[in-house]
Amino acid sequence: MEVLLAIMIGVLYAAGIYLMLRRSLVKLIIGVILLGNGANLLIFLLGRITKGSPPIIPEESSTFLEAYTDPLPQALILTAIVISFGLQAFAIILVKRVFKVVKTNDIDEMNTTDAGS
Amino acid sequence: MLAAVLTGFLLSIFLVFAGKYFKGKLAVLSALVPLGLFLYFLSFINRVSSGEIITQSVEWVPALGLNLDFTLDGLSLLFTLLITGIGFLVFAYTAAYLKGHEYLDRFYGYLGMFMGAMLGLVLSDNLLSMFLFWELTSISSFFLIGFNNSSEASRKSAVLALAVTGSGGFLLLAGALLLGNVAGTYSISEMVALGDMIAQSESYILIVVLLFGAAFTKSAQFPFHFWLPGAMKAPTPVSTYLHSATMVKAGIYLLLRFTPVLGSTEFWNTTLIIVGGITMFYAAVHTLFRTDLKGVLAYSTISVLGLLVFLIGLGTQYALVAAGVYIVVHALYKATLFLITGIIDHETGTRDVTALSGLRKVMMPVAIAGLLAAISSAGIPPTVGFLGKELVYEATLGMADWAVVLTVLAIATNILVLYAGFVAGIKPFTGKLPEKFEKVHMPSYLMWLPPVILAVLGLLIGIYPAVIEAPLIKPLVDSVGLEGQAVHLKLWHGFNFVLGLSALTLAGGFLLYFLWKPSEKKENAISKLDFIAPKSLLLGFSAGFRSFSSMWTNFLQNGLLRNYVTTIVLFLVVLVGYSLFSGENAFHINTESLSEMTFYEVVIMGVMFMAVAFVVVARSRLGAVVGMGIVGYAICLLFVIYSAPDLAMTQFSIDTLTVILFVLVLSGLPKYIAKSNLITRIRDAGVSIGLGVLVSLIALAVINEPVNKEVSDFYAENAYILAKGKNVVNVILVDFRGTDTLMEIAVLTIAALGVYSLLKLRLDKDENIEKEN
Repeated sequence: MEVLLAIMIGVLYAAGIYLMLRRSLVKLIIGVILLGNGANLLIFLLGRITKGSPPIIPEESSTFLEAYTDPLPQALILTAIVISFGLQAFAIILVKRVFKVVKTNDIDEMNTTDAGS
Repeated sequence: MLAAVLTGFLLSIFLVFAGKYFKGKLAVLSALVPLGLFLYFLSFINRVSSGEIITQSVEWVPALGLNLDFTLDGLSLLFTLLITGIGFLVFAYTAAYLKGHEYLDRFYGYLGMFMGAMLGLVLSDNLLSMFLFWELTSISSFFLIGFNNSSEASRKSAVLALAVTGSGGFLLLAGALLLGNVAGTYSISEMVALGDMIAQSESYILIVVLLFGAAFTKSAQFPFHFWLPGAMKAPTPVSTYLHSATMVKAGIYLLLRFTPVLGSTEFWNTTLIIVGGITMFYAAVHTLFRTDLKGVLAYSTISVLGLLVFLIGLGTQYALVAAGVYIVVHALYKATLFLITGIIDHETGTRDVTALSGLRKVMMPVAIAGLLAAISSAGIPPTVGFLGKELVYEATLGMADWAVVLTVLAIATNILVLYAGFVAGIKPFTGKLPEKFEKVHMPSYLMWLPPVILAVLGLLIGIYPAVIEAPLIKPLVDSVGLEGQAVHLKLWHGFNFVLGLSALTLAGGFLLYFLWKPSEKKENAISKLDFIAPKSLLLGFSAGFRSFSSMWTNFLQNGLLRNYVTTIVLFLVVLVGYSLFSGENAFHINTESLSEMTFYEVVIMGVMFMAVAFVVVARSRLGAVVGMGIVGYAICLLFVIYSAPDLAMTQFSIDTLTVILFVLVLSGLPKYIAKSNLITRIRDAGVSIGLGVLVSLIALAVINEPVNKEVSDFYAENAYILAKGKNVVNVILVDFRGTDTLMEIAVLTIAALGVYSLLKLRLDKDENIEKEN
């Protein structure tokens, strides 16, 4: 299963970079999101995957009695997901704003510093 | 001596910053500074000529071996007297020459800085401090050449001079460090004793080449000579002081100073003879084709500098005596000629030699000074120039090999130098006075006295050579490591072969002066050869270098995001890919430890793959956003399967929010653009797939490695015991790493504020744009 997951991560990275190389700003944002998803999955995979044993201590005990999934990568990914949402939201609004001002979302047409002139 | 060196710098700082309050009133007064220094150094003359070496040591940065060690011996004394003596006359001259100039004080400031630096240079016994002063002279020269900063030619010449002498300074630094490393000391006087050891070391050739590079650039030797004619764009006092009498002799000083340390090897002597010989002849021929008086003088200066290098290369006692005498001779007559040129330029407004004639009728004292300087440069007795020329012939004839060739070269050069001296010193004053110059009048005494003093001095020394013999020339020869006591200067050697050569030189020179008339036509003719001149080659090189670097910059920094991304990704793929598949830990996959595939997982993966593919090829924005949402939900399912309930919940809510935001905000945007052609897309796909494959391989490689769970185990063990929480992920976020989470909340708040204000923002400008459309 790990092999399949690794390939999937590669696909997400490739798709992310490919979209970032396009000229549309919207595609750029989608590319960044896909890349972020790929990175999250990569961290997840590298923390080793286990089925059916979430890192929650059983009701009646004060420590784990049996094997459990590594909680650390999960904490990291949770932070990453939330932060990347902040980034995405800001970027989406910014694209909207840029379009309002310069009337394009083609990156190549925004190449000069004086957009208004 | 430290005080003497610092005086120049203090004067400079004072005048550059406070000078504007005095509006040039201090000009004449500031001439007293070099005069005082001149008298101060003159007071050492008895002690130095009796063989004493005066030293002073001030620790500056002892840890680097950088100390202000000053040594006053015969060689230094001669130079300090030239610097301060001619400095005094030039300071006084400038007061009248640049009278009323807006930046007169600043000009004096630069001159003062130069004088301090030059004194420091010739007094330093420490190689590193010598380098510092060397650089300071280059910098002050830059400011002075570019003094007329509103003229483009001036600025260009200044940059060119700085580029050439500055790179020479760099070579000097390299040479100094190497030499200091080999000798184990930076003190030049200590190196003299180690001369043999240095000459046998492996780095000897390299050291000598580096020092030669420094000396040749500073003293304008072929092929680095071209900055000096350009430097004539500076006001004439600067040309007099820096570019003829003192600064350009710094290279000569360097060679003389290191003669006892590095000299008398075949490499040293041969290189100097060849370079000096080429320079003196090449530059002397160039004087024939110049019509600008300063151009003539610039090339004849280069020629004399070549002669000095040539003499140092000969290295015999006669040659070094000749060099010492010639430094004095040249300083006296060339400074005179420059000052006269300045007067002519100042009073008539032209320096074109073809337009000037008959000026003796309106400025007799200047004409006399010109005549004296011209016959001194020609080497006609009884001037000091005659003395110098005789010594040069004695030196070349005394050589064991090639004596005839060297002598002929010296004679040819001297004939041409005679011509140049006559053109500058006699031609403007003879003949008929043109009508337009009839109203020309004598300049202020501040201007005409200095050249007269120098010219008369040249005559006096010629008649009584003993004036400079014992006090200056003997100590100088002593300090370069030869026995100076055997020297005896006298004007009349009797009727001998050398006198015959002198006569030949004079005859040839007179013939040339009367037959060859400088004209613009000839100047234009030689300028057709400029394309192979070293100057054009260097300028071409620098232009090529500049266009190459701007091409390179535009290639890398082209302002296109995708090119930056492509560069970064390709670099990453190549570099990491190379290290992944090479070396001992080359890539391999161990499939034994991996978990099995189940039906659900494969289905989720399939859905996800198709969603990603759809996002990439989608033609509408909405389609792409929906595909992106599906990818998010699929990941959410993976989290559920692999025991990460918290992640699943977060991913689910965030993904939903993102899709909603996208749909809401972007509804007003234009059509989804797809502007790239097929080739671009294939290229980008190649790059992206490269990265994807690399990341997959890295992931597979890493999961083969053992994992360290120490930190995770600590959190898991203590989640309930220390933090009373059963969900370990939550405990880590809100308890163990609570501060980090607080920061995260802060970041989100800032992002939210940004989003809100961008949504609410109404710029007037934007409103206008919207109305227009």
